[in-house]
Amino acid sequence: MSQLTLWICYIGIFILSISVACCFIRMVIGKTLSDRVIALDLTAYQLISIIAIYSVILNQPVYIDIVIALALIIFLGTVAFAQYIEWQRYKKIGQKEK
Amino acid sequence: MTIWLSGLLILAGTFFIFTAAVGILRMPDVLMRMHAATKAGSLGVGLILLGVAVHFKLLNVTIEVLFTIFFIVITAPIASHLIARASYFDGIQLSKSTFIDELKPYYNEETHQLQSPYRESGRKPQKVPRKL
Repeated sequence: MSQLTLWICYIGIFILSISVACCFIRMVIGKTLSDRVIALDLTAYQLISIIAIYSVILNQPVYIDIVIALALIIFLGTVAFAQYIEWQRYKKIGQKEK
Repeated sequence: MTIWLSGLLILAGTFFIFTAAVGILRMPDVLMRMHAATKAGSLGVGLILLGVAVHFKLLNVTIEVLFTIFFIVITAPIASHLIARASYFDGIQLSKSTFIDELKPYYNEETHQLQSPYRESGRKPQKVPRKL
């Protein structure tokens, strides 16, 4: 564990934190629900990256398991949100017919 | 040698994820935002995980990282395609610089059906003329 790797990891976590802040701004001001879902998706990917870099800092490869579990869960969450947006559309059409 | 390689990979992945975040903040349209987020985001996560695998130099970490990258590369386009489909059906506003919408003649907004207008007539579909 050299000093160079440590500093690179700190710089990476700093830039990733700025990226998370950008995604949260989009989540607050986003006009539609799709914007917010996309921002949440990218935030989760940034969280994965932060955990991976943190495992380098702590020098413990156990944290990579969390990355796999989170990568599985993000996909399910995004698919569920997509289904929800489509069901809202179906609901609107059903109200028109009545 | 591996120190430089892993550091370079981690920095490159960080740069790509930062680009994705800037794109998601600055792009004018839902579809453009998703385009920026999905491509650059999955590439950045893959590069960072590769850098971590190069740093540890262990077999089980490398296998887990390769599996994760494989899974992300498979699932990120599927998820973004589902979100794009749902948001198009929801009736998003495309940005003003979009000059062609190829799905529009095939989608009926009233009945929520996707159908080719050439199915009954038997003609072959022609290319949509592009206006520049």
